[in-house]
Amino acid sequence: MKRKKRIEEKFFIFLAGFATYSLMALLGLIIIIIFVKGVGSLSFSMLFTLPKGGYYYGGEGGVLNAIAGSAYIAFGATLIAIILGLPAALYINVHLYRYRRTQNTIRYLLDALWGIPSIVYGAFGFALMLFFGMQASLLAGTITVALLITPIMIRTFDEVLAATPAGLLEASLAMGSTRSETAFRIFFRQGMSGFVTAVLLSFGRGIGDAASVLFTAGYTDLIPRHLDEPAATLPLAIFFQLGSPIPEVRERAFAAALILTVIILVISLTARHLSGKYSKTIIK
Amino acid sequence: MYLPNDITKEAVRESKPPQETKPEHIVRIRNLNTTAGKNHILKNVNLDIPRNKVTVLLGPSGCGKTTLLKCMNKLTDLYRELKVSGNIFIENDDILNSRQNIPAIRQKMGLLSQRPYCLPLSIYKNVVYGLRLKGIRNKALTACVVERHLREVGLWDEVKDRLHSPASSLSIGQQQRLCLARGLAVKPSIILADEPTSALDPISSRIIENLFTEMKKQYTIILVTHIMRQAVRMADHVVFMYYGEIIEKGNPNELFRNPQTEKLRKYILEGN
Repeated sequence: MKRKKRIEEKFFIFLAGFATYSLMALLGLIIIIIFVKGVGSLSFSMLFTLPKGGYYYGGEGGVLNAIAGSAYIAFGATLIAIILGLPAALYINVHLYRYRRTQNTIRYLLDALWGIPSIVYGAFGFALMLFFGMQASLLAGTITVALLITPIMIRTFDEVLAATPAGLLEASLAMGSTRSETAFRIFFRQGMSGFVTAVLLSFGRGIGDAASVLFTAGYTDLIPRHLDEPAATLPLAIFFQLGSPIPEVRERAFAAALILTVIILVISLTARHLSGKYSKTIIK
Repeated sequence: MYLPNDITKEAVRESKPPQETKPEHIVRIRNLNTTAGKNHILKNVNLDIPRNKVTVLLGPSGCGKTTLLKCMNKLTDLYRELKVSGNIFIENDDILNSRQNIPAIRQKMGLLSQRPYCLPLSIYKNVVYGLRLKGIRNKALTACVVERHLREVGLWDEVKDRLHSPASSLSIGQQQRLCLARGLAVKPSIILADEPTSALDPISSRIIENLFTEMKKQYTIILVTHIMRQAVRMADHVVFMYYGEIIEKGNPNELFRNPQTEKLRKYILEGN
């Protein structure tokens, strides 16, 4: 019996370890491949110049248009998502505290929205765009990405707020706070680390998504100066370059992917750092 | 002065209009019933809480002590399944049936829960939180209030050099005293203490008990406990509850020496 237990224990430790380290190895492999294939084409001009004529057929220039476009869209969408998501997450946890069933229904619906493939958001954004007589533009892309990332932001922030002890809500209300004061002065502070993580995760998702901007943001070799102008994005730049028959252009796609990966890694590290910093005041 | 034979001078003194003196009982509870679905938690509770005394709500776990406390500051509103009926008069205002705003009612009462729940702010901001809610932002005034109340709960010397550190960095005993200071800063007339020492070590518990003994000159303290010895040490007035009902109430010396019911007798024996 003892021997059987020991074998079982060893087997499960091996299985769990294998799953964990193989995932780590996979992440490492992705980064290494992108780095090896892309670093050769990475240059100052690629980062800081716009594509010249025939860039996607091996011509001169860089992907500054896509970097700027992605940054505009991701920042704009994150801002919209904060404006919608922050009050929503606080409302679910403070104002709806006594309505457990409503809370659960909203969470279920948000999870369903989170699970919808981004191409569906792209199609919805496209339909919306046609309905309002807009063309593919920075504004349409930003709104579509905002729709995509708002459920992610709400649920990520909500998960942290939901872990707030009920005693803290009681303590704040017992002091004579209204529910809104409790939400914005206490729960927001309590969930600050989660909020930072939610913002950065949403930003990362927004900057890296291709399908939602495929029909809505359009593509251009220029940096958009107005909201109604089309905007290039890094994921689409990668997509177009990878589809090229010219090997040098495909290498540039890996360089663009490397830029995107570095941006997302920096965002993740910042999220970890800031969430650690803000978690010091958390009441458990 | 001429007085008819059957009227004494004391009777004349006692017959002053009631508005000149504060009523003897700061809280009066009448026909209070609380249900959660089919579960009848508080059964027709009638109770008067004397001013500037420590009233101990004593009884086994689940007898409704905490629910009674939460009815007093309307925290029962947080739980949809709880239905409350009856009257609770705080200083003559029926809080269950009045249109007075709930935050104002709650500011009359400080709450100390079983586990200290400091706000996720610095020590300093915890104490001034209630003042900020009232719109008081004067730095000199708030600094003065912080020092006074931290001294009042015996925490000033321990934290004066780290007032801007997170409150969560304090020990549990210190956190409980900080919560008390936070509650006192809004000048409540009643302190609701729900087993405030249950998460504390004996030394911290004794500090809280001593504070309560000091504070009863200024505040009315309603202490929930199931610890017999604590009730004996602290109580000026004891209310023994059992399954949602008040079984006995009165002076602790009489109640503990000469319990009238078998339930209390058994509870005292087991508690000792």
